[in-house]
Amino acid sequence: MTMTILDVRGVSRSFAAMHGGAATLALQATDLQVVENDFVTILGPSGCGKSTLLRIVAGLDSPTSGEVLLDARRIEGPGPDRGMVFQSYTLFPWLTVLQNICFGLRERGLPLAQQLEIAHGFIAKVGLRGFEQHHPKQLSGGMQQRTAIARALANGPRMLLMDEPFGALDHQTRELMQELLLGIWEDEKKTVLFVTHDIDEAVFMGSRVVVMSARPGRIKLDRAVDLAHPRHYSVKTTPRFVEIKAELTEQVRAEVLASQR
Amino acid sequence: MAPGARIALGVSFFIVFVAAWALATLGGFVSKTFLADPLTMVRAGWTLLTEMGFAKDIGMTVWRVVGGFVIAAVLALPLGIAMGAYKPVEAFFEPFVSFARYLPASAFIPLLILWAGIGEAQKLAVIFIGSFFQLVLMIAVTVGHTRRDLVEAAYTLGSTDRSVVRRVLIPGAAPEICEILRMVLGWAWTYVIVAELIGASSGIGHMITDSQALLATDQIIFGIIVIGLIGLASDIGFKALNRRAFPWAQLAR
Repeated sequence: MTMTILDVRGVSRSFAAMHGGAATLALQATDLQVVENDFVTILGPSGCGKSTLLRIVAGLDSPTSGEVLLDARRIEGPGPDRGMVFQSYTLFPWLTVLQNICFGLRERGLPLAQQLEIAHGFIAKVGLRGFEQHHPKQLSGGMQQRTAIARALANGPRMLLMDEPFGALDHQTRELMQELLLGIWEDEKKTVLFVTHDIDEAVFMGSRVVVMSARPGRIKLDRAVDLAHPRHYSVKTTPRFVEIKAELTEQVRAEVLASQR
Repeated sequence: MAPGARIALGVSFFIVFVAAWALATLGGFVSKTFLADPLTMVRAGWTLLTEMGFAKDIGMTVWRVVGGFVIAAVLALPLGIAMGAYKPVEAFFEPFVSFARYLPASAFIPLLILWAGIGEAQKLAVIFIGSFFQLVLMIAVTVGHTRRDLVEAAYTLGSTDRSVVRRVLIPGAAPEICEILRMVLGWAWTYVIVAELIGASSGIGHMITDSQALLATDQIIFGIIVIGLIGLASDIGFKALNRRAFPWAQLAR
């Protein structure tokens, strides 16, 4: 029996207009349930409110209506139970890779020896051995995002929230990062909510893809991806993958067209 | 550009400047009454240092600048950080501080003499007024401009408001705060001389006023150059300190 850990209930968000005009509705009332160990990708054109939804789940933004429950408890603000990886590079530039990964552990008041043990484990997992003492500015974009993933995971969150984490990376690096993250997820069985506008990425990573409509966003399609795990990158050329991708491409394309009309 | 070439170019302008000055004075284009030549200036400086106890004046001036500035910095740091971090604190103090920083420190001198006499307290107070409000505002702006996504990242890692201030806002703003301290220390130097021109019995400014009565332009210029050199030295020292203390911030440049 799978348990729902995240319950988004009728969440909508509108933003007040700048010059006294009508408020803009970014996200229509949305319901979404995520079960334990699920990897849900949220796919949609830019500006469809998918990041807004993720930020509300993170507690960094408040819904205009509705509520979000995590383990049946209402979310009131950000917390260490929901680790977040942002699209922008958000490592603390004054801390080393190791210190960045220890940030949340130190915040929890863990003894240093224990912090280091956990941090070194995740450094190995994301393949950053030998870079412990580097500062973020000395790392490539891919390495910075790997550190950010390790930093979020080290905290042992209930859920991992990812807002286009590979969006700023070049294509090759992005594909490697997808494999890396998928491998970690297959090992750790975390629950992940992953926002992207890349259809390949959404299908490859997700065990479930949620397609959002053009602004004001709402969930248009919620589809399981029945590709077996562990997934190898070669799965992207299988007929089943191509079939799912074609279906989602149609859906997203319709929304992009709608948003430009 | 190679660092060697940079230094050579920087030094060569000093040489050009002194050469032009020497040409104007020693060449007889400018009367000695108005402007002493470099050689007379150096000789006058030597006499000042060896026979007239000018070293003590320099010491007094440095002590006043450092004293007044340290008091201002120690008080401005917590207030500026609090204003940058907490909107209500900013709303409470910002309008007054913005107003106060336009009050010219030198215009307070008559009042300060009335309140504090012509002793050290008055000199320190001039420096304090001149630097405190500037420091508070600039520190508040710097802390307030901390990258929002870093603050959000800290919250998602379990930080409380207090630990965001301690572990994100302060370390993130620290290199810029040190730059602000370096800059405002430079301004403090201009205030101390003004304070010493009026009602002082020691200090570089006092020597300059004395020399004015004697039309000793050589001594006045020597005093001004000493101030410039000390300012330059403290600036270089501060920069070196910042580079050592915040290597991560240098990587970005």
